[in-house]
Amino acid sequence: MEIPYTVHPRPDTGVTNAKVGIWLFLASEIMLFGGLFSAYIFLRMGAPEWPGTTMSGHYYASASDILSVPLAALNTVILIASSVTIVLAWASLMTNNFSKYRIYMGLTILMSFGFLIVKSIEYSTKFEHGLFPSESTFLAIYFVMTGLHAIHVIGGIVVNAYLLGPGAKMWKTNPTQYTNRIEVAGLYWHFVDIVWIFLFPTIYLI
Amino acid sequence: MTNTTEHDHHHELSFIRKWIFSTDHKVIGIQYGLTALFFLLFGFCLMLLMRWQLAYPGDPVPIIGWLFSDETMPGGVMLPEFYNQLGAMHGTIMVFLGVVPLAVGAFGNYIVPLQIGAPDMAFPKLNMASYWVYFIGGVVMLSSFLVPAGAAKAGWTSYPPLADIETMGQTMWLIGMFFLITSSLLGAVNFLTTIIQLRTEGMTYMRMPFFTWVQFVTAFLLLLAFPPLEAAAVLQLADRLIDTSFFLPSGLVVSGEILEVSGGGSPLLWQHLFWFLAHPEVYVLILPAMGIVCEIIANNTRKPLWGYKLMVQSLVFLGVMSFVVWAHHMFITGMGTGLSTFFQITTMIISVPSVVILSGMFLSLWGASIRFTTPMLFALAFLPMFGIGGLTGLPLGLAPTDIPLHDTMYIIGHFHYIVAPGTIMALMAGIYYWFPKVTGRYMNDILGKIHFWGTLIFMNGIFMPMFIQGLAGVSRRLYDGGQTYEFASEVIKYNEFMSQSAFLLAIFQLPFIVNFFWSIWKGKKVDDDNPWKATTLEWSATPTPPLAHGNFETTPVVYRGPYEYSVPGEESDYLPQNQP
Ligand code: HEM
Ligand SMILES: [Cu+2]
Repeated sequence: MEIPYTVHPRPDTGVTNAKVGIWLFLASEIMLFGGLFSAYIFLRMGAPEWPGTTMSGHYYASASDILSVPLAALNTVILIASSVTIVLAWASLMTNNFSKYRIYMGLTILMSFGFLIVKSIEYSTKFEHGLFPSESTFLAIYFVMTGLHAIHVIGGIVVNAYLLGPGAKMWKTNPTQYTNRIEVAGLYWHFVDIVWIFLFPTIYLI
Repeated sequence: MTNTTEHDHHHELSFIRKWIFSTDHKVIGIQYGLTALFFLLFGFCLMLLMRWQLAYPGDPVPIIGWLFSDETMPGGVMLPEFYNQLGAMHGTIMVFLGVVPLAVGAFGNYIVPLQIGAPDMAFPKLNMASYWVYFIGGVVMLSSFLVPAGAAKAGWTSYPPLADIETMGQTMWLIGMFFLITSSLLGAVNFLTTIIQLRTEGMTYMRMPFFTWVQFVTAFLLLLAFPPLEAAAVLQLADRLIDTSFFLPSGLVVSGEILEVSGGGSPLLWQHLFWFLAHPEVYVLILPAMGIVCEIIANNTRKPLWGYKLMVQSLVFLGVMSFVVWAHHMFITGMGTGLSTFFQITTMIISVPSVVILSGMFLSLWGASIRFTTPMLFALAFLPMFGIGGLTGLPLGLAPTDIPLHDTMYIIGHFHYIVAPGTIMALMAGIYYWFPKVTGRYMNDILGKIHFWGTLIFMNGIFMPMFIQGLAGVSRRLYDGGQTYEFASEVIKYNEFMSQSAFLLAIFQLPFIVNFFWSIWKGKKVDDDNPWKATTLEWSATPTPPLAHGNFETTPVVYRGPYEYSVPGEESDYLPQNQP
């Protein structure tokens, strides 16, 4: 027997299985990052000073002394733009325009790589100045939270690249389900975006 | 359905696709069940070694002592470090690799889709992945015994700073936990989607059998409570591998020397994140047991479950409340009276729905002519055992009484009454009850009854004296059971009795093991598809044993609630849910 509601929504819930699945998955992701944000608050409340890092005689009074706000702002713009393109990619499929979809999806993936490149530039300048996670609680939580977020970005790239590459065969056989998949991938991508939008002010600005 | 038969003819699955990398929820349920039973036995054996040491500290372990290495038991005499490994791994294995995979992975997987009339789980491939990720987690945990200095020693709670500065086994523990958490999350998404989306026509939420309800709430707990532990595990792994100090305070002294770390971390942060998971986790351990017991009680009393609706409401309320009681495990940390009051109040509130559910089960027995089958005996024993566990929990929920009892043998008694004589008894009940469904054969009744009485008596023999010891002030996690403490001298003598009970308990599991394997091939065959004359769909709408592919010959339609037994004016004493 076929499993029902994989392609078309169940009438009384109004959604497909994959949609329910992704929302539940995102709920657990919220709890994951929620746990980390709570840890951040807990540690910061217990800290006598924040960021409180003295390195080779230089005292860093605020987070923006250590971290690069312009680079992070650039990354924020990149991620938001990629969230827009993935919606456009989905919308193109809804209007049956596959070639336009490929352009938008390609742009999304490109921008995700852009985000990671900027992030790695940030990391390597930290390391060059001897600013390692072991130096202070501030740096530790910075690296762990942004690192975990970066892993989520990589996950998104893998999924989106699969859907654009080998997974795209489905467009020929089952366009409705393929479109659903892009929508689900888009929901995940928005979540990755939103996490960053919380991370940016929390870690870089305040 | 011609469709299905055609399907059957076209692809006969290879052995590997059918039994190893299967996507059929029934096969995955069996895989989970066998693996979990193996781990339960393994965790049980670790405990037997510990019990020997507690009863006869310093005496070489007889018969098998020589098998162990010099780093663990030179000359058969247990080293303290090895005792700690056994303790930590006993807890971890029993909770995360034994009870939860059996209660949720095995019973949930096998029964839920059948009970709601679904063809399979919503995401069969994900289901397979969650089993294999669990399996890898188990292998990682087992292999941690082989790394230098052995497995984790910091308890199943892995409290830092100790866990942060532990040997390599702790890193293995964390990696193992990542796999187990991932597996649970995949499983939870799958269960929830299945129950929300794949209920068959007429199967409204308030017609779902209590067992399915319980799995529904349990899946929510797993979904939302595990990620914070995952976050905590990431932080602890960072502390261990890249020298951060999330859980290490400034100026920590280890073996007389100040630790060279940046400091500024907080051991309490771990405790909060850990218990935010682990309190809901204790409900993950107990709720499926309640679900199993309710099914069996309704079936063997031939009466509707008392207060089904009230019980469902209590269950949901309990699920929600379980997220706001966690710090009752931390009264001793000096959290301040405001917080402590909050958690004392929530703990008292959460005990209300637990009592409602337990009372519902007791009231269901009222005026029934009970069929004392083996599964029913186990289910009946669950009630007082869980009752003792719950009642002894109340003093722990109030700070003034908890502070002297915290970290004593009393705690061990309390939660074991819930998870061992409680949950394990219920899981056994479930095995005897659904065995005919899975294999088409009954388990032997005489062996079952021997297993039951031996288990009931000796479980109590082990755990009851723990309350006395704990009230006298004996701490938990003592390698010599408290020999060196003068105040313990009066109660320490029970250790020998308790350990002998444990060894006898082990002997009384042999009839079960023999029965289990013997009955698979030689047990008495069931005479029809619904041997217990049950109302729920897994019995009334599918062949016994079930079809190899797909679940139902025709998609069942549900017309009535789950427990229509002995309906007045009806000829038959049960009305299956799919009977118009
Ligand atoms: C009405 C019910 C319950 C109440 C009021 C209650 C209360 C408590 C409290 C306050 C503690 C902490 C004591 C301490 O560490 O000082 C505790 C420990 C524990 N409880 Fe319960 N409990 C209840 C039911 C359960 C259930 C249903 C389970 C699980 C199946 C459970 C399993 C545990 C475990 C595993 C621990 C020990 C944790 C450790 O290793 O420290 N409890 N209980
Ligand atoms: Cu608790």
